[in-house]
Amino acid sequence: MQTETKKKDREPLIQISKRPAMVWWKSYSIRAGALLAAFLLCVILASLLTKKNLFELFKRMIVYPFCVDKKGSTVFLSDKLWDLLKELALLLCVALALTPAFKMRFWNIGAEGQILMGAYGCYIVLRFLTGKVPTPILYILMVAASLLFGAVWGAIPAIFKAFFGTNETLFTLMMNYVAACLIEFSILYFKWGATPKMNYTGMINRKGEYKHVGWLPEIFGQKYLMIVLIVAVLTVLLYIYLRYSKHGYELSVVGESEKTAKYIGINVKKVIIRTMILSGALCGIAGLIVVSGTDHALKMDSSGGRGFTAIMVTWLAHFNPAYMALTSFLIVFVQRGAKELSSAYAQISDSFADVLVGLILFFIIGCEFFINYRVRIHLPRKRKEEIEE
Amino acid sequence: MNETAVIELRHISKTFGRIVANDDVNLEVQRGEILAILGENGSGKTTLMNMIAGIYFPDSGEILINGEHVVIRSPKDAFACGIGMIHQHFKLIDVFTATENIILGLKEKGRYNLNEAKNKVRAIADKYGFAIDPDKKIYDMSVSEKQTVEIIKVLYRGANILILDEPTAVLTPQETERLFAVLRAMKEDGKSIIIITHKMHEVLSLSDRVAVLRKGRYIGTVDTKYATESSLTEMMVGRKVSLNIERSEPKDPVDRLIVSDLTVTNREGFKVLDHIDFTARSGEILGIAGIAGSGQRELLEAIAGLQRLSEGEIYYIKPNGGDREDETIDLRGKTPMQIRELGVRLSFVPEDRLGMGLVGNMDITDNMMLRSYRRGSWLFVDRKKPKNLAETIINDLEVVTPSVSTPVRRLSGGNVQKVLVGREIASSPTVLMAAYPVRGLDINSSFLIYNLLNQQKQNGTAVIFVGEDLDVLIELCDRIMVIASGRISGIVDGRTADKEKIGALMTKGRVHQDGEEGIKLAD
Repeated sequence: MQTETKKKDREPLIQISKRPAMVWWKSYSIRAGALLAAFLLCVILASLLTKKNLFELFKRMIVYPFCVDKKGSTVFLSDKLWDLLKELALLLCVALALTPAFKMRFWNIGAEGQILMGAYGCYIVLRFLTGKVPTPILYILMVAASLLFGAVWGAIPAIFKAFFGTNETLFTLMMNYVAACLIEFSILYFKWGATPKMNYTGMINRKGEYKHVGWLPEIFGQKYLMIVLIVAVLTVLLYIYLRYSKHGYELSVVGESEKTAKYIGINVKKVIIRTMILSGALCGIAGLIVVSGTDHALKMDSSGGRGFTAIMVTWLAHFNPAYMALTSFLIVFVQRGAKELSSAYAQISDSFADVLVGLILFFIIGCEFFINYRVRIHLPRKRKEEIEE
Repeated sequence: MNETAVIELRHISKTFGRIVANDDVNLEVQRGEILAILGENGSGKTTLMNMIAGIYFPDSGEILINGEHVVIRSPKDAFACGIGMIHQHFKLIDVFTATENIILGLKEKGRYNLNEAKNKVRAIADKYGFAIDPDKKIYDMSVSEKQTVEIIKVLYRGANILILDEPTAVLTPQETERLFAVLRAMKEDGKSIIIITHKMHEVLSLSDRVAVLRKGRYIGTVDTKYATESSLTEMMVGRKVSLNIERSEPKDPVDRLIVSDLTVTNREGFKVLDHIDFTARSGEILGIAGIAGSGQRELLEAIAGLQRLSEGEIYYIKPNGGDREDETIDLRGKTPMQIRELGVRLSFVPEDRLGMGLVGNMDITDNMMLRSYRRGSWLFVDRKKPKNLAETIINDLEVVTPSVSTPVRRLSGGNVQKVLVGREIASSPTVLMAAYPVRGLDINSSFLIYNLLNQQKQNGTAVIFVGEDLDVLIELCDRIMVIASGRISGIVDGRTADKEKIGALMTKGRVHQDGEEGIKLAD
């Protein structure tokens, strides 16, 4: 019956079908494999440019971000590691902030602006109240101002969405520019910049009588430990909020189906606004960390693009705060690794580092396809022999 | 067999992940016949048809067209073999006209000539007795007109084998009759038609032969003239099923829900409900009949607190038990939450199960929680009780699911409905409203739902049942209220009512117009 080999008689060359759920270790080894392949490709590309051997490049990309300091000697708990942890904590903080909104299918891409506003609030308190109120109260006011500013910036698009049905994606995006311009204007107009050269940067309490007042305190001599602790606590709290609280349940019902939410009697408007206030306020905390914990200054780009990178972190983690710690580590680690390469070799520029990050993400996201689907290739001649991916 | 079959399937199998949709199915269709495919939900009817139409590719097996081997890799290949499928969900572009949709994607020789295409469309329509305006935009069309466009689209491409997937699910009785007339005309013309349907009387009145599938397996094909409703059901389900709905006498009915002068105006200022007056009594089933879209949905939603009333009152009479006087509660202007807080035990099974009654991506436990999550501590939800409830419902109603933590959207239609109805009756309601609760359900599940409604009635619940199948309404309900264009056109006793009278009431007050509008509105 199958003797004919007319063109019409062939099976499709590539057949894609859904796969049954994979055992967890198999799917994780696929992910690990993809990551390894991505690194390998990056290293090969880098070696083509630099003519160095692969092993050295590998080492630089994977080991250096952790434990090799500027002089090239290996140190456990090096400054670099702390720097990486700080960056991880900040990114995770923003990703956490986005998660409740995303779970509600409210596409908040305005984290940048909300971070900036949090930073702005913190900066205003520090600038005008340092020395005028007792230090503990200063800290409380800083936190309050950051939360408030961030929350307001998050609530505005939410109110418009709830009452007028505006598109939240565009609205939150635009609010980013408003926030950035507001800060630039304030720094220039009120002459917050310390020197003419530093026109765009408002410094705080870097020297003099109030040196280090209002900065996040060091713990065990580590200036970033505090940040890591804050974010770790936030992660646990948010996990509980989303998983076990009534609010968390309500917002996921609203996200899945607004009609069901109304049918069951959930006040949809209230949930949208409440969730965005939370999302904005958490971004505000990130802003506080930037001003008081890391930069000790206010800039137009204090948010450092984290508001956008964090979108990827939440998506990769399927909105689960526990996985988010992993995915944000992955992204920060990749960024650092690429940066190591670009700072070590003249042939590799900063932009090449971005290319590497892109490549790695491509592999990571791409491998999810192979975890969910099976691809069969039917070779024209051997119909019965199927080659399984 | 002296004639070669137009289409023959041999040993077709298809799996999706771990689910076996079709297992070694054999089937043949002759020239000029109507073959009905019958099977419960999830028995693999649609999957099988999709493989013929080139949407899926079989894992194994062969397809023969006119005795020749073919490989159908895409809908294009299917068209080349003369196969066209009319899907349950129409695939049309709203802003295009009928003709534009019909010729979309065709690569005809010569210049793009809309007028010629229009004439061809008209010729096809005349040949088989369709009513169609080739210049009408899709967004102006009724469901039945859209379906006509889909059928002509397939004929235009020269299909000899037509596959219709549940074509009557969305049609009124009159539209269904008209469709059947067209299908018979096509059969006379030598075309072969495969029709998937759940409705037994349609199978019996329309088809020549019936093929039965059960759980992905091919059970057999019988000539329709030798088949009866119960013999087919037995093939489908695998055992004898009693097809009688019992109807007990209502036990001391008292007024439970009083609706008076209810008027609801939609956004365009049109009165979707116009001065509705009725009373629902405890221990009886009140049926609501009417052409789809006559205001049934709005009526139930208004009672449930989901529609703003422009006029009228809704009163609920709360039984307090013992010697205490019953309490009258005004439901007007209350939200669903307020209604529940007032102690009104009102349950509502909406028409849109996964879009409104349940959350498709959540598991059964979390869907149970929709009704109860507000109870318990002020901050955290309690998942233990909903989980117990979910397990009870799975056991009692025989819900087929891998586990309680399976997202409900992965369940088949009948099982989804069991979960929803199960949740709604779990709160022991005093008023239970159900909108089209058996739509799309197979016989077995349908009878399970009827029995549940009957049980509620016997427990003294006031049941309001919106249905589309008049035979079922007449068998099941104590009283039947007929709605036409948002008005009550009559309330009849279910024990004495007849189908023709209800049918007449359904269209009462409708302005009959000639031409296009006459098709849109049933006459």
